[in-house]
Amino acid sequence: MTRSRTWPLGVALFAALSSTVSAQHETAYDVIDGRQAYQAVCANCHGPDGDLVNGVDLGHGSFRQPYSDEQLVEIILRGIPNTPMPPNPTMSEEQAQQIVAYLRSLALTENDSLVGDPERGRALFAGKGECFSCHRVAGQGSGLGPELTRIGTQRTSAELEEALLDPEARVLPNQRFYSVVTKDGERVTGRLLNHDAFTVQMLDTNEKLRSFAKSALREHGFTASGMPALTNFEAQEIADLVAYLASLRGTTP
Amino acid sequence: MKRALILFLGLLAAAAQAQVSFDDILNPQTRPGDWLSYSRSLDNQRHSPLNQVTTQNVGKLELQWVWQARSLEKFEATPLVVDGVLYTVQAPNDVVALDAATGRIFWTYHHEPDPARTCCGRVNRGLAILGNTLFMGTVDAHLLAIDARSGQLLWNTEVADADALYSITMPPLVVKDKVYIGTAGGDLGIRGYVAAFDVNTGKELWRFYTIPAPGEPGNETWSGDSWKTGGAAIWNAGAYDPAVNLIYFGTGNPAPDWDGRTRLGDNLYSDSVIALDADTGELKWYYQFTPHDEMDYDSTQVPLLADLQWQGEPRKVMLWANRNGLMYVLDRHTGEFLMGKPYVEVNWMDGFDEKGRPQRVPGMVPSKEGTLIRPHVHGAINWAPPAYSPATGLYYVAHWEHSGIIAIEGQFPQPVGINTRQTSMGDVALEPFFNNDDEAYGVIRAYEPSTLEPVWEFNLGNITWGGVLSTAGGLVFGGGKDGYFVALDAKSGELLWKAALGGQVNAGPMSYEVEGRQYIAIAAGSALFTFALPQE
Repeated sequence: MTRSRTWPLGVALFAALSSTVSAQHETAYDVIDGRQAYQAVCANCHGPDGDLVNGVDLGHGSFRQPYSDEQLVEIILRGIPNTPMPPNPTMSEEQAQQIVAYLRSLALTENDSLVGDPERGRALFAGKGECFSCHRVAGQGSGLGPELTRIGTQRTSAELEEALLDPEARVLPNQRFYSVVTKDGERVTGRLLNHDAFTVQMLDTNEKLRSFAKSALREHGFTASGMPALTNFEAQEIADLVAYLASLRGTTP
Repeated sequence: MKRALILFLGLLAAAAQAQVSFDDILNPQTRPGDWLSYSRSLDNQRHSPLNQVTTQNVGKLELQWVWQARSLEKFEATPLVVDGVLYTVQAPNDVVALDAATGRIFWTYHHEPDPARTCCGRVNRGLAILGNTLFMGTVDAHLLAIDARSGQLLWNTEVADADALYSITMPPLVVKDKVYIGTAGGDLGIRGYVAAFDVNTGKELWRFYTIPAPGEPGNETWSGDSWKTGGAAIWNAGAYDPAVNLIYFGTGNPAPDWDGRTRLGDNLYSDSVIALDADTGELKWYYQFTPHDEMDYDSTQVPLLADLQWQGEPRKVMLWANRNGLMYVLDRHTGEFLMGKPYVEVNWMDGFDEKGRPQRVPGMVPSKEGTLIRPHVHGAINWAPPAYSPATGLYYVAHWEHSGIIAIEGQFPQPVGINTRQTSMGDVALEPFFNNDDEAYGVIRAYEPSTLEPVWEFNLGNITWGGVLSTAGGLVFGGGKDGYFVALDAKSGELLWKAALGGQVNAGPMSYEVEGRQYIAIAAGSALFTFALPQE
């Protein structure tokens, strides 16, 4: 199966949630309520991103066992005996379902029936994806794009998938690209590092630090990054890349 | 994917042009506008070939930009400048890349050190660079490699155990494919060493302990088990001589600092200069400035290498104004002692034997009732970098004159003629100054290296923790605790320009060029200041 998509997903969070949770017969409001309940009740032990309890990574759908939604609701309400996971006797079943909807939305990818293989993802990252030409993992690669050494602790699987398929949908302010044309006609594009009323600083696409006086520029402004949407990747390959990225948790050489 | 491919090919082309080669570092005259190592050149002459700013026009120097560090630690780092980008350290261990022409920030790499104890502030004296990689030692005793373009971490090696009171404050030294770093903590009872690491991987390649283990030559100079905690730290910049492939480092005081009763003997290789094979770390020679030191006379000054006419013959020497109040000329290939003499008031020795060992004055040791010893424990000079001008042939040093202490057995020495606030290893803010004229003061002094006689002196008033810079414009720059930054005539010492920077100068000045303009940079207080001539 080849994905040839013009992915509408994810320009706005609400839109993203509506499209992804419909299959779960929940609404985006359930997910938003579930997030509030999770942050109020669960985050104290599991952490805001769901990865503080050893062996459990709620943000990436990694539980101790592959639980069904009903089993997770049961665990949230009744706890797990003889473990630190307590029962929540005052919580309604509907609230527990909303929390499950929220957790599922965190880990959800476009086709979550596919299980990604991080090893295959690693090979795709270094090979077909040419990802090292702009990204760095554990000291290897280029510093032009965002460093990915710890990306598995910073992004959910759904966010990672979105970044692969629709990279311009959400770009952090410190990862924006900028383009200038000097009065001599030189065009320079790169990651914006800093700018002020008089000057602009960037890391250009040759990975050279550049600083310009705005008075010496014919034009300057934001532009798209060089990150391509991976529309020529198979669904399984996307799942593999997501699994690899989710496995990156901060090891340096 | 076409776009990505174009980008990728562009990156390949860029990768082929490494930013700084070791040849560049070794021959900095090929890149006169850059500043590629701590003292600009591996001989540590701290002499800039830039000559746009001269004795004639220096009076017009103007402030260009200021960079305020978010740190209340002393600002001791000398920046590097590579192709218009200035790199420095915000203490303790944040690396900052600035546009050298405007001072605007490109990026900051933040390192949060684990709790680490240092004797004298959580400071850092600077970076090293090779290729596109910056190297920094950290106060929690790690060595980091950081991408000079993006500011991303490439590797992080734990050099020593910070819990065992090791730390790192010195700028690393790079020679060929190795980066060398030494360990501070000598006052806290470490066993000092310098180690070599692979520049690409951070893997430790060899280690040289400054205190020999049992069975090694020199261990007999430590009584009992004192060698295990004897200090002899390395915490300041090293030098390199390619002709003999030797790296040089000064070593720190033996510990405990002011009480030698538990460590009888000469305490090798504390208070020494050591010459190591740059490839293997093998000790080729050493010279001990202060055997069995009980005055905290670290010999961690910056080794300065110069080629002189010595008694009618060309000679490869090392010049060394030491904390112990003595100035030395050594043959840097053999370690031979060529000359030594006091350059300030010294009362603990009164001459050298034929091998250059100082002859102690009897009784000039810590005593129950207290003994007045000169110079002060913080020295005639502490760690501030000196300079040498090939044009004038003079050796420039900023140091203290007329300092002393009362050395009391088993106690911290008491200052004489100098208030304790003055001697607290420098500070950031300016402080009132109360000394009488006959008490300790700071100077920038020029010495004739073949005689070690002073040629001129500029009185800084207050003592100083700042270094000096020599330039081809015939100038010497320096500063001190009163926050002035001055430009002097390199031949006469005449004051030609000054700026009040509002904070203590605790670093060495440097100079660089961007797009045809020469800049002079100095850290003072918590900020870095740059000056240049007005644009036409």
